[in-house]
Amino acid sequence: MSTIAHTQKRGFAGTVWEYLTTVDHKKIAILYLLAGGFFFIVGGIEAMMIRIQLAVPNNDFVSAGLFNEIITMHGTTMIFLAAMPLLFAFMNAVMPLQIGARDVAFPFINALGFWLFFFGGLFLNLSWFLGGAPDAGWTSYASLSLASEGHGIDFYALGLQISGFGTLMGGINFLVTIINMRAPGMTYMRMPLFTWTTFVASALILFAFPPLTVGLFMLIFDRMFGSGFFDVAMGGNTIIWEHFFWIFGHPEVYILVLPAFGIFSEIFPTFSRKRLFGYSSMVFATVLIGFLGFMVWAHHMFTTGLGPIANAIFAVATMAIAVPTGIKIFNWIMTIWGGSIQFTVPMLYAIAFIPSFVMGGVTGVMQAAAPADYQLHDTYFIVAHFHYVIVGGIVLGLIGGAHFYWPLMFGTMLSEKLGKITFVLFLVGFHLTFFIQHFLGLMGMPRRVWTFLPGQGLETGNLISSIGAAFMAVGIIIMLINIVITQKNNVQVGRDPWKDGRTLEWALPSPTPFYNFKQLPLVRGLDPFWIEKMEGKTEMTPAEPIGDIHMPNNSFIPFVISLGLFIAAFGAMYQMDDKAWAIPVLVIGMAVTFGAMLVRSIKDDHGFHIHKEDLLEEDGKGGTR
Amino acid sequence: MANLQQNSNNPKASYEYRRKKHAEEMRMQVITFTMMIFFTVIAFAAVGAGFSKWFIIPFVLLLAVVQVIFQLYYFMHMSHKGHEAAQLFMYSGVLVGFITILTFLTIIWW
Amino acid sequence: MAAEQKFTQQTWPESPEQATLEGKNKFLGFWLFLGGETVLFASLFATYLALKDSVPSDSHAKATDLFELPLVFLMTMLLLTSSLTSVFAMYHMKNYNFKKMQTWLFITVALGLGFLGCEIYEFNHYYHEYKHTFTSSAFGSAFYTLVGFHGGHVVFGLSWIIALMIRNARRGLNLYNAPKFYLASLYWHFIDVVWVFIFTVVYLMGMVG
Repeated sequence: MSTIAHTQKRGFAGTVWEYLTTVDHKKIAILYLLAGGFFFIVGGIEAMMIRIQLAVPNNDFVSAGLFNEIITMHGTTMIFLAAMPLLFAFMNAVMPLQIGARDVAFPFINALGFWLFFFGGLFLNLSWFLGGAPDAGWTSYASLSLASEGHGIDFYALGLQISGFGTLMGGINFLVTIINMRAPGMTYMRMPLFTWTTFVASALILFAFPPLTVGLFMLIFDRMFGSGFFDVAMGGNTIIWEHFFWIFGHPEVYILVLPAFGIFSEIFPTFSRKRLFGYSSMVFATVLIGFLGFMVWAHHMFTTGLGPIANAIFAVATMAIAVPTGIKIFNWIMTIWGGSIQFTVPMLYAIAFIPSFVMGGVTGVMQAAAPADYQLHDTYFIVAHFHYVIVGGIVLGLIGGAHFYWPLMFGTMLSEKLGKITFVLFLVGFHLTFFIQHFLGLMGMPRRVWTFLPGQGLETGNLISSIGAAFMAVGIIIMLINIVITQKNNVQVGRDPWKDGRTLEWALPSPTPFYNFKQLPLVRGLDPFWIEKMEGKTEMTPAEPIGDIHMPNNSFIPFVISLGLFIAAFGAMYQMDDKAWAIPVLVIGMAVTFGAMLVRSIKDDHGFHIHKEDLLEEDGKGGTR
Repeated sequence: MANLQQNSNNPKASYEYRRKKHAEEMRMQVITFTMMIFFTVIAFAAVGAGFSKWFIIPFVLLLAVVQVIFQLYYFMHMSHKGHEAAQLFMYSGVLVGFITILTFLTIIWW
Repeated sequence: MAAEQKFTQQTWPESPEQATLEGKNKFLGFWLFLGGETVLFASLFATYLALKDSVPSDSHAKATDLFELPLVFLMTMLLLTSSLTSVFAMYHMKNYNFKKMQTWLFITVALGLGFLGCEIYEFNHYYHEYKHTFTSSAFGSAFYTLVGFHGGHVVFGLSWIIALMIRNARRGLNLYNAPKFYLASLYWHFIDVVWVFIFTVVYLMGMVG
């Protein structure tokens, strides 16, 4: 195990097994990208069905009940199963390299986090084939979700619970990695912005997911085990669910958007050939957004009747978030200002992001005014607002980031030409779809509505919106074609493919060795690779002599632990139908999980060493590209 | 595992010195424990004696908070060096938890 | 390998739980996990306080009817003492005295089992005497969820410590298992921290109404 045998060729089965057992953060990143990309497509198909249904008045493309299932699954899938994992993909692929680490702090936990997310998402989506998907909206407000028939909501609660555990583990793992495993010289105030945003987003995960866990447990208990948390007849209180959901749900928005901010903060300096303007104020703004993100959740509940004092406090706190966000916007603009700009595909996404996201932010401040929110609540204005934030902020960040980091993850460069076509189609489609929805909302079109009547002035707007959605779909299809062509041609682009890489991840040879850094690099300032390049060097200055490198062993246990919970979830769900096999299935599933944990605990796993001699020999053979 | 590190706090500390330090710390922990037991007894006694609830509730809560601080700082060693990140995240957790509890005591529509 | 290296009392490092990078990572990661657990239990406390005495009709038992001081006092003493014994165990761990550490851990486990026995008796008592169950009222759901989550943590903590004791019974201490023992003891202290708030907020404040 001690040699560099890992690079040898494997058959198809061998590759599958490698990915099932891998603990390498770069491979886990690819797993997250594949799974997240798959769920993104699924959520996108659901979005297209919504827009087809709403394209013309009195449409019956889907039934009202199915429509409720589609909107619920569209929201849930996009937030939990597409956006989060795709961001986790970039965090895994980039962050350890950016701080000069050989791996994450807990490689095993990292793999476990992925498999939990995957099985949770799989469980949630199996609802389509097992009697109907959840239909109470992605927020699943308790009175509605308790009344929902069938097993849809049970799939929602159990699936999210499982994938939530995975996310929490991922968050802790990233935090410890950033605190403990930075390369020599990589102080906190030299960390790239993407690392900083990963740090703050992970801290938000750590504190925001436990309330969701508790809320979901209560929903599970109420629906499956007869408790009465939200059942008013038993003395329960449905507002408890709303609070828990939004104490989690609002930080979740920042968990998603901060890493996207981080990606843009890497793209802007790279293609402006300037260091990020106002680095320390960017860090400050990130931390402040993270802090304020916890103080504003009740603005989702203004119309619940919390009283004028609570509404006033939360309104002011919400408006305050615009300040650090504004700081960031100005810093990005000042970064471009006077730079030597290259309009590559990632840069196009970054530039388009600024006005798109600002529009979402401005409507956000409008809704922060509680009296105005009474008018806007549950209309298409809200739908327009959060799609401007999520698509205009996060999805543009994800697609731009995919183009930017593709060479780092796969060693190939996506076609710029096809990329630009995707960009134009997607951006035009996005504004076409959602801009008009502001006005539909102001004209009184309610959110989550199955269909609408003719003659109320809603026809044109909805038709335009649906046409825009088609543009976005075509854009994404072209991007998929781009990916297939690029991977088929497989032209390796080598080190620093954008030529202007500034941070440590671009200093590595391509493809990145599985041990990342042969010698840990010495970091001499912000944008360490840029500093070295400005001094005429092509590589980082090492901070240590070549020595043995300690690596973790692959493990199949994360898969087994997650599979156990997946099995147990079926047992928990079907025991409410008094099925005889359900309780045994629940017990077996839990036994599998805890048994696998016990095996992990008592079997020593010391990992293995790559020996110095092998590293030196590799140097002699091919050298670093 | 090249990561075996010498203790950076005081690498040359002699064996006897360390034993002594541990014993010293142990004494401190036993004192802490005695006080915790004492506080617990007072708290139970206050309830048992049947004082007004406007006295009892703040009183037992205060005792609980002091006890937990003892537990965190002496039993869980949060007073030692190298616990800065641990403190930051524990206090952040306490803050979020406090806001949650405050919310559920005020704005849930009784 | 450094992790399996044999030590003497003289060469055993000052902070064995943080002597390796793996140990350091585990140590920090576990503290962060406890930060998250704090929020988890705060959420359960919040729910309990919101739903306390919230019952469908007056025939259901309320907090003042249910709780009795002597049993709760006994449980508190058991758990507080077990916290001290696990401190003793860590003291001997730091002095590289494996036998004494195992002895004190054994006492900790025994006290923890005693606590668990009391809790089972208590729940059983509420069920038979007052028909106060998980499904009888929102108050019951919130009570059993909060106290039960704590009880679940006790069960997990005990299993963890027992597994560590048995696994390492023959080979003694090294830098690979020292962090594991240390974290298990941190977990045990955290269980105690939560219990301090449970006996205060649920039982003592429940008694005074």
